[in-house]
Amino acid sequence: MFSLKSLLLASCATALVSSAAWAADPIKIGVIAEAQAVAGSSIAPAAQLAAEEINAKGGVDGRKIEIVVYDNHSSSAESVRAFQRAVSEDKVNAVIASYISEVVLALEPWAGRLKTLMITPGAASDVITQNIAKNYDQLKYTFHGYLTSTSLAGLVCDAAKDLLVEPYKMKTAVIMSEDAAWTTPLDAGYEKCLPEIGLKVVDHIRMSPDTTDFTPIFNKIEGLKPDVMITGISHVGTQPTVQWKSQQVPIPMFGISSQATNSTFWKDTNGAVEGVFYNAVSGPGVAVTPKTLPFVEAYQKKFGNFPSYAGYTSYDDVYMIADAIHRAGGTDPDKMVEAMEATDYVGTIGRIAFKPKDDPNPHALRTGKGYITGLMLQWQSGKQVNVWPKELSAGTIAWPSFIKLKAASN
Amino acid sequence: MLFWQILIDGFAISALYALGATGFTLIFGVSGVLNLSHGAIMVGAAVAAWAAASEFGVGPYTGALIGIIAGFILAFATYFIAVRPIQRSKVIAESEKEIFILTATLLWGIIIQEAIAYLFTNNAKTVLPIVDGVTTWFGVRTPKNEYFTAVVCWVAIGLLWFLVNRTRRGKAVMAASMNPRGVTLLGIELSSIYLTVWAIYGLLAGVAGILLGMFLGVSSYSVGPLTASAFSIVVLGGLGSVSGSLIAAYVVGYLETGTAYLISPAYRTIPALLLLVIVMYLRPQGLFGRR
Repeated sequence: MFSLKSLLLASCATALVSSAAWAADPIKIGVIAEAQAVAGSSIAPAAQLAAEEINAKGGVDGRKIEIVVYDNHSSSAESVRAFQRAVSEDKVNAVIASYISEVVLALEPWAGRLKTLMITPGAASDVITQNIAKNYDQLKYTFHGYLTSTSLAGLVCDAAKDLLVEPYKMKTAVIMSEDAAWTTPLDAGYEKCLPEIGLKVVDHIRMSPDTTDFTPIFNKIEGLKPDVMITGISHVGTQPTVQWKSQQVPIPMFGISSQATNSTFWKDTNGAVEGVFYNAVSGPGVAVTPKTLPFVEAYQKKFGNFPSYAGYTSYDDVYMIADAIHRAGGTDPDKMVEAMEATDYVGTIGRIAFKPKDDPNPHALRTGKGYITGLMLQWQSGKQVNVWPKELSAGTIAWPSFIKLKAASN
Repeated sequence: MLFWQILIDGFAISALYALGATGFTLIFGVSGVLNLSHGAIMVGAAVAAWAAASEFGVGPYTGALIGIIAGFILAFATYFIAVRPIQRSKVIAESEKEIFILTATLLWGIIIQEAIAYLFTNNAKTVLPIVDGVTTWFGVRTPKNEYFTAVVCWVAIGLLWFLVNRTRRGKAVMAASMNPRGVTLLGIELSSIYLTVWAIYGLLAGVAGILLGMFLGVSSYSVGPLTASAFSIVVLGGLGSVSGSLIAAYVVGYLETGTAYLISPAYRTIPALLLLVIVMYLRPQGLFGRR
């Protein structure tokens, strides 16, 4: 049996060894995110999980990773204050920030002014990377760790072609999107790619993010008799989904529905999300890469729920930053930027590489074959089932009883 | 068909507005309290009903009951934490109490709102509907829940009318709203009247919150707009006038629904706000105000 004295000695020895292992300065990564929003609440825990895994394997060149979390309450002003504090007081070496485009657009100039690498795990506006193209030297510190709206529109169109146009002969669509920074390029992308896959856009409805009653919107859409509603919703989610079901709107909802990516959405909507399609970079049970499922399992074990889409990317972002610091040989911001630009990393969402300096969207993720292809999932009996692309699909489409498929029944 | 659509949707939403505003105006009419935590109490009731159903698997009826109890508790908490200490304070001058109560209820509402966001995130939640499915009348397909909402609202308002006009306690409440000093001279404790009014208010706000949660869904973001809409309906109808609030609720409800259908859902609230500005300019006491 151990005596108390030997136990004390042993713990002192362990403490000495571990402090010696982290003798070098830690690498600090600031995480500015929305703790109270479903999509944003996975960002900090996922980053923490990645840091713990990296530290357990010895850190980055013997340096421990520390995550410093700031809750921005979904506000751009609070995010800017958090960014300034993170850099000047807490001396962070890089920042992972927000899933809201407006927030990231507000932080982008600060990343430039304070020469601090910043990556967004979930904002989508193309303007973030277009800004870099316009003023590379100043804004090169910002990286887009999620898909741009234009890429998202393209992936939704690719999925719609395979899932709706070819098998069901769908011909017409109404675009329904919320009025926000990320949907302006998304809608432009939809307007361009939907006709290319054979879906005529019969109307385009942009609604205010504070809309509460969607009845008039759905009635208007129903009057136009489209085959499908192509969605661009993120800030709103529960209410249009619930009203689509309670009003039994006979037209499928297909496209982007950020809140539907989260596993809690079934409960939030009392199951009204049954049958809704949504684009995502990862999903429960989908082995996009060999890293996806182990991450989901570890996250679920540690936090008791599933990560939102921004959780997957936030987890990958920590690994990419760590890798870039290792390749740059330290935390010099300009060298870190150069190393990040050379990233070729297989994460949980696919093979990650950034578009080059001379691209119209520098530092945006490369998409398409060989890189990130995205998924299209459908909620079926309380589960998020991947239905596209074929090689990663876990099931086939199941239509809610109130959906009327015009073309297919002709 | 559009006519019927506007008529049916407008009727349901107006009934909900009417119920939401009735409790608010009753509190003001009787005790002079402008309760700016009104939206938070409604959202709190709805979120409690949602949480009971989704987290503990209770059915829609039990969920609704838990929501009403939550509304009740929150209303009493508002009275005992934010209102009564100021009403009884010897330090705050009488003339300043109204503004103190206004501020206290506003802050209390923010506390509830933040607590809801912290505990349940700020994603919108929907209360499990008691009636499901749709029905088609006059060629308009409407969720049965919409009719259910309108019926429950009017039953609740009817019960309130009965209570105030046909029961002894209700008559005392009515009398207190007209002349508080006179009521005390008759030997009725004003504080017990206030308790009755807050109890009725808690019940009305709880029911309104749950119906709103079933019909449109709520989130912590709904707190401000709900208080604002009850406030503007009550100001339009005339502060303290229950019948004024009912009529104003229908004016606002139909104006909003008509705008949403005939112009655009994006401009839904603008005409009603413009009307409010015009009424305040021409008739500051509101359409049916007594003061």
